[in-house]
Amino acid sequence: MIEVRDLKKGFGDVEVLKGLTTSFDKGKTNLIIGQSGSGKTVFIKSMLGLFRPDSGKILYDGICYSDLDFEDQRAIREKIGMVFQGSALFDSMTVEENIMFPLQMFTKMKKGEMRERANIVIDRVNLENANHKLPSEISGGMQKRVAIARAIVNNPKYLFCDEPNSGLDPHTATVIDNLIQEITEEFNITTIINTHDMNSVMEIGEKIVFLKEGHLAWEGDKTQIFKTDNEEVTNFVYSSNLFKMVRKAQNSQ
Amino acid sequence: MTYLHDIGKYFLMIKETFVKPTKGKVLRVLIFKEIDDLIIGSLGIVAFISFFVGGVVAIQTALNLTNPIIPKQLIGFASRQSVILEFAPTFLSIIMAGKVGSFITSSIGTMRVTEQIDALEVMGINSLNYLVFPKIVAMCFYPFVIAIAMFLGILGAYIAAVYGGFTTADQFLTGLKDDFIPFHIVYAFLKTFIFSFLLATIPSFHGFYMRGGALEVGKASTTSFVWTSVAIIVTNYFITQMLLS
Repeated sequence: MIEVRDLKKGFGDVEVLKGLTTSFDKGKTNLIIGQSGSGKTVFIKSMLGLFRPDSGKILYDGICYSDLDFEDQRAIREKIGMVFQGSALFDSMTVEENIMFPLQMFTKMKKGEMRERANIVIDRVNLENANHKLPSEISGGMQKRVAIARAIVNNPKYLFCDEPNSGLDPHTATVIDNLIQEITEEFNITTIINTHDMNSVMEIGEKIVFLKEGHLAWEGDKTQIFKTDNEEVTNFVYSSNLFKMVRKAQNSQ
Repeated sequence: MTYLHDIGKYFLMIKETFVKPTKGKVLRVLIFKEIDDLIIGSLGIVAFISFFVGGVVAIQTALNLTNPIIPKQLIGFASRQSVILEFAPTFLSIIMAGKVGSFITSSIGTMRVTEQIDALEVMGINSLNYLVFPKIVAMCFYPFVIAIAMFLGILGAYIAAVYGGFTTADQFLTGLKDDFIPFHIVYAFLKTFIFSFLLATIPSFHGFYMRGGALEVGKASTTSFVWTSVAIIVTNYFITQMLLS
């Protein structure tokens, strides 16, 4: 479980996160949604320790992350898997080497054992015949699968995904969403997904946190989000023509 | 003020590069890869430039020896002094700032743009140690490149002077050995060693702290070349002033 208490973060005079308090449950897919510029990426990067918060606390299973020294922070970071928006695969390494990388850095496994473990997760994310290819030689959807495989190879306790299905076609996006949800349940990990894709919200939104200009404007799940009378949330949800049509159809029935 | 801030940031980066080390096994592989990219990969261009510039130095010297009382062995002497003291260590380092420096800046900068550095940091890896330290170690072999450049520069001068008909082999070799001061070799390698550190760290700094996209990677490479060249030239002045004057 990850808890966030009164988190504030600004850059110069601009305050991006204005005192966020929320929690993300274990074994669930937790979604952070909001318009571009609402502070989603800053929020996720603050939780990951890539940005130092101005104030507030981030607790990983009760341990305050920001109070720890580098070595203790490293111990928590070893338990974090991250899927970046652009996959962030290492260009100079093959798919298999990318996936084996966390094992190389943090375990004492022999090469054969690492390869075996990598092949297990490669099978898990349904990547076939790509072990020896470079990231530039595979499609965007496959790159996302490699990024997921790399994130889960070292059995993380926390999985962060920054817009995991951006730039993917709707079918592949759904496949990736479902894969993340299956992995969350299978490994019983705390998964936090940063997205503004309403299809993801409908598919896997077990807990949803809606950000508006650095504030937490609403919390709920995928069934509640379509029933809420919170105007900011409804404006966001029904800004898509598809959802406008769905609501129109529902209202006319 | 920005310059002072950047200079401070550069020294903090160097400090950070040497702490929280990456696993030895991984580091060893990275160092060999960097030696291949930065040192072995530069040998061809260094050999080519050294040989021909050495030849040009000899021809220029020969063509300017119009006074008959100046002995022809001056061609060998002047070629040796030019190549060992300035051409090989300084001029080649500026060329390397373009070749190796832009490679370092653009590769680290691209890693920054594509969030690969963030990926390293999320994993709890000291990204500066992982990315910059192997480059510093690899560049410790740079003086070997300069030794090859010195040899080929003088060889080029010999071939141009002797086979070009400007002097005889005996005269050239006599000039080459005239007034040889062994400390000049120490001076040349000492400054080469300092330049190698600048060549590894200044481009890394510009790549690591860049922000933006592909266009900014290009701009960072250019800026890194300019600042590495400036640093080499200024350092060269002070080292020469301290050691030779």
